[in-house]
Parts: sequence; C-alpha cells; structure tokens
Amino acid sequence: MENKISQHPLDEFIRQDRMPHIWCPGCGLGTVFSGLLNAIIKSSASDVALCDEPRPVGRETSPAGGGIDLNKVAIVSGIGCTGRIAGYVRFDGFHTTHGRAIPFATGLKLARPDLKVIVVSGEGDLFSIGGNHFIHAGRRNVDLTVVCVNNSNYGMTGGQCSATTPVRAVTTTTPFGNFEAPFSLPHIAAAVGAVYVARWTAFHAQKMQASIARAIQKKGFSFVEIMSPCPTYYARMNKLGTGLDMMKFYKDNTVIANEVKLEDISITRGGKIVIGDFIDKDRPTFNDLVEEMTCKFTPAGHAKPSGEDKQKLELH
Amino acid sequence: MAASKETVLEGRHFINGATACAEGAIIAGCRFFAGYPITPATEVAERMAERLPHLGGVYIQMEDEIASMAAILGASWGGMKSMTATSGPGFSLMMENLGLGLMTETPCVVVNMQRAGPSTGLPTYVGQGDMMQARWGSHGVYEIIALAPSSPQEAMDLTITAFNLSEEFRLPVLIMGDEIISHMTERVVIPPADKVKIYPRRMPKVRPDDYLPYQPDKDLVPAMAPVGEGYHIQTTGLTHNEKGYPVMTSEAHQKLIKRLVDKIILNKNKTIRVEEENTAGADVVICSYGSSARIAEWAIKEARAKGIKVGKLRLITVWPFPEEKVRAAAKKTKAFVVPEINNGQIALEVERCAAGNAKVITVPHMGGSTHNPQDILESIIRAVK
Repeated sequence: MENKISQHPLDEFIRQDRMPHIWCPGCGLGTVFSGLLNAIIKSSASDVALCDEPRPVGRETSPAGGGIDLNKVAIVSGIGCTGRIAGYVRFDGFHTTHGRAIPFATGLKLARPDLKVIVVSGEGDLFSIGGNHFIHAGRRNVDLTVVCVNNSNYGMTGGQCSATTPVRAVTTTTPFGNFEAPFSLPHIAAAVGAVYVARWTAFHAQKMQASIARAIQKKGFSFVEIMSPCPTYYARMNKLGTGLDMMKFYKDNTVIANEVKLEDISITRGGKIVIGDFIDKDRPTFNDLVEEMTCKFTPAGHAKPSGEDKQKLELH
Repeated sequence: MAASKETVLEGRHFINGATACAEGAIIAGCRFFAGYPITPATEVAERMAERLPHLGGVYIQMEDEIASMAAILGASWGGMKSMTATSGPGFSLMMENLGLGLMTETPCVVVNMQRAGPSTGLPTYVGQGDMMQARWGSHGVYEIIALAPSSPQEAMDLTITAFNLSEEFRLPVLIMGDEIISHMTERVVIPPADKVKIYPRRMPKVRPDDYLPYQPDKDLVPAMAPVGEGYHIQTTGLTHNEKGYPVMTSEAHQKLIKRLVDKIILNKNKTIRVEEENTAGADVVICSYGSSARIAEWAIKEARAKGIKVGKLRLITVWPFPEEKVRAAAKKTKAFVVPEINNGQIALEVERCAAGNAKVITVPHMGGSTHNPQDILESIIRAVK
C-alpha cells in the first residue's frame, strides 16, 4: 500500500507559497527553523510541559506556563541567511535593514506590549553591524527574545569573516586565517544584563527548542545563541566536511556546562564548544520601571483602533 | 476624525519651535517618540519625554539615530503614530532606515532642525544645508514629502500636517526646520481639539485571509493592517509583490517603485503648499523657505519702498518640489532671488523650473547665522538692473 504523507505538522505555520527556501543543503537553519516554530507552538499551549529536558538544578522555578496567543507573535529579523526566517513563518513578520532588527523590535514591542516579539537573525547582523543595539536593548531589559544563529561567517555574501569567526579560521576575507579574536556571545549577553542566556547547537534540536521556549516565556531580554553549520562556505574553507560532518562535530565536541565562566567560552577553531543554559534571573523590565515611575504605562495605552476604525475592523 | 480634547493644550502660548513641534505631534496623535540628543533638536525630545508618559505614550532615548529611526518604524507598525527629531549628523545616520520606511510604506514623521554642516559643523547655529539630502539622501529611487516651517506656529501646524500626510500616503514625512525655528520663542496659538482634523490610519476592509499588505487603493496607497490581529503581515525592505513577498526581478521592481513614486507625484495637489504674494507682474520674486524666508521679509519691504515690484513665493512644501507654482511664477516675473543658508540647493530646482523664462539669482550663505538682510536687498537691486 502506498503510504502518502501530504502534510507536515508545521505546515500551518509556514508560508508554503514561499517555498523552496533559499538555504543550502546541509545548512543548520532548517533545524533552527523547526525548533523555533515548535518552541512558539508549545508556548501557545497553556499547560504544556515545556520540554522533555529537566531544568538545571536551582532553576526549577523559572517561569513556565506559556499560553501565548499565536496571533500575537511577531518575528523581526535583519539581513542575511537567518534573516529570511521572518518571511517564511505565518506570523506577523518584519524583515528589516542590516543590523537594525532589535531597535525595530523595540519600537514594535513598546507600542504593543501585548505582542510576543522574537528577533531571529545571524551573528553578523546582531553582533557586527548591530552590536550596539544588542547591548543597549539588554541594558534596558526590553521584553524581547533574541535568537542568534551563529554560523561563524557571512553566508549570504559568500563566506566572509564575522565577529564570531575563530582565530586562525579561513574565510574569503581572512585568506591567511582570522587575526581577530571572536566574541563570546553569551558573555556579552550576560554582561549587558540579559535575564536569560543560553547557547546550543543545531545538533541539539530538543534542547534548543526547549531553550527557545523558555526564552520566549521569560519576561525581559532573553538570548539564545545557536551554533549552526555553514557547509557551503565556512565548513568547506576550513575543511570541516559536510553539514552532516559538522553535526557530528557538534555531537562529539560539545560540553554541557550550565555553571561556567562565560568569558572562557569563546569558540576556538576545532576546539570544544561549551553549551548550556547559562543565565536565568529576573530584574525589572523597561516597561516595569516606566509603570512604576510614571504610573502611566499600561497595555491599554497603546493606540488600539478606535471609533470609526474599530467599526471598520469589526465589519467582517 | 478630530484631535482628542484631553491632550490638546488649547490657547495662546509663548513657546519655542521645538516645543511647538512636539505639541503639534501630540495633537496629531503621536504617542511614540524615539530619539537621540542632538543640538538643536533636543528640545523636541525633552518635551516629548515630559508629555508622553501622561498620555499613555512611550518616550524612549535610543542608543543612536539609526536605532531611533528603526524604533519609530517598529512603533508605527505597532499602531502608534511615531516621530523622531534630529539635526544634520543624526539625519545622515537615519538615511538607510528612512529608505526602509519608504519601501515598507510606514507612516511616521522625521524632524530635522538643521544646523550648519558638513560634519559636526556649528551645532548651535543655523544652517539649511540638508535640503537636497532630504530629497536624495537615502539610496535608490524614491519620492518624499518634506515641509519647511518658518515660525514656531508653523512648526506646530506643519507637524500636524506631516502626520496627516504620512498616514494618507503611507510614508515617512520630513519636517525640514532649522536652528532658528527650533530655538526661537514666539506666540503659538493651539486651536481647540475639534478644529483639528486628523487623518486616521487606513485600515483594511477585508478579512485577514483576503488581505494583501501591498495591494494599493485607487490613489495607489495600500491599507495597513494592525499587527497581532491575525493578518500575518509581511514586510521587507526587499523588492516585493502585493503579498509583501520578495520578488527578485526587474519587472517586480519596476512595478513597485513606479507605484511608490507615482503615489507622491500624482497626488501632488494634496501635498503642495506655498505662500504666494504679488507674483503677477513682479520685477523680482523672492523664493525662499524656513528662517531664510523671514529674513527676506525686511528686504522685500525695503525694495518695495524703493519702488521695485517684489513678489514672494515661500515654499512650505519643499518636496515634492512645487514645480507648477515656480513655472507659473517664472512666466510672470523677470527674476527670482533665492536666499537660503547653503550654497544654492533649492535654487537649482527654481532654475530648472524657471527654464530660462526668468533669471535666477542665488543668495548663498555657508551657515552659522542668517543672511544679513541687506545682502538680500542688494541681490534684489542687482536682479532688476
């Protein structure tokens, strides 16, 4: 008998009229994409156990729950391979300029505090051209989730070095190897005050999904870095093999360590990658402090369609 | 739609142009301001910081002007009317995201209180050197709307107009003020709320499933759905189709950009505003804008006292350029005198539209102060010789 499968469980949340996507075979973005969608969908259930993974010891009390309204999810991205995610999901999606997803998302979130605003972009977008916005959004503790897909190079423009390319790694703009020390992204996120900080790889599909779900449900500025293979450029130029080989590399060369000195976990060429749930804490958000000091910030304060417009909206 | 009573400080006030600009924004319904301190526009931010929290609005000081421009676009999609205010260096930083606002058709208002440049220049002194940057500063092909107030009263009035035009035509609208207008304190009359017309956001009239974010109405402007209501909006700075999906072809680009340009050009009669006086049979027409237009008033009076027939064409809308007005005036006068605090920017447009029918005399000034009105008078006298 013919066994026909015509539907994928995530079809409903994907803009199928935009398929095929632009990502290369072996790219880690497909795994991240489904991890992100599953995390959002799971977060929409009100009583769901967020993940099969137990929470790190001492952090069992961090907020669970979910119950987010899927119509109120907005994905904001910048430019690059990862930036295309905003256009593939069937949510409100904003594909902005290079590096500026976070300030755009800040405006969107403050205007509509009832939205769940998730920024998904690459490390070049978020930490090279957009680094200044990242540190200030963290400092303000705007209630945003930032998912950074770190593939160690600029994929869309053809494999140039980025702010996370390891020292000695070869890219099209570092033909003799990279002379510059890379950022440790969790270290930056923690230093600027993010309330949730994690790093996983595209291989750790379940843990990554659970981590994104946790980040989404966390009130405040939450950050998840996901190491992801770029077989077309980074892996090829550094003789790391195919996408599958890189997945094996992630499997064999990662160390889960939740309690770790974040300044020590920069990615090195061929070295072990430290992953885990590093930070999970609470501090007042931007909106909390506005409300406390002016007594005026309420979700009702946003410009809901009123009067005539509301009637127009209710026509259907 | 009328403005809201609670928020309009009806009455006579003695305030500077920056404060008047902020009040105009609030009257127009602006509830989100993102900015970065910069002389001489900081007073706009300070006023908004004081006012907005009491109106259920949001004031946020961003890390730079790039972020400020990005944030007001995000807030506008969030349903709040939004504004930022800056001066030359910040205006330069805003250019890329101004383009995003034009491409994604996002209503908002950008105020530039111009100072003398380039670079850091003279931060606390007047300039009008960004007039061409307002028109061409972002990369690519586009049309824009820019208004130039020449008094604190107009800073308020035109800010309201700017918000209305931004909603009607769905684009960032520029207020091209200058340091004098921003810092000058004068009487400003705020009208009663019910006398101010507010252009509401164009809401879609179709179900979310049938909604195409970039399907234009008859006037070439599409409706803008609210976020978070199931419309599943798609926006991108890439060339896109009616769905908002990227389409990487020359044909799609031609279609989209032609519409974005045409929605401004074909609706010019709704955006062009000038103050015209005695242009018919004039020996000379003074064509100016902003604080330069005020300085020119003295020269106009003196020249008239000397028996010279002087007309006036003050540009309130600078972009799209009031071509028809200048063309018509060029046929009725012998010469234009164009004082502006730059080396002749708008003068180039006047010259283009005069098309040889009248000569065009620039009165350049590199910035840092207004013209000596005597220089304008001498140019008028030179023009009639």
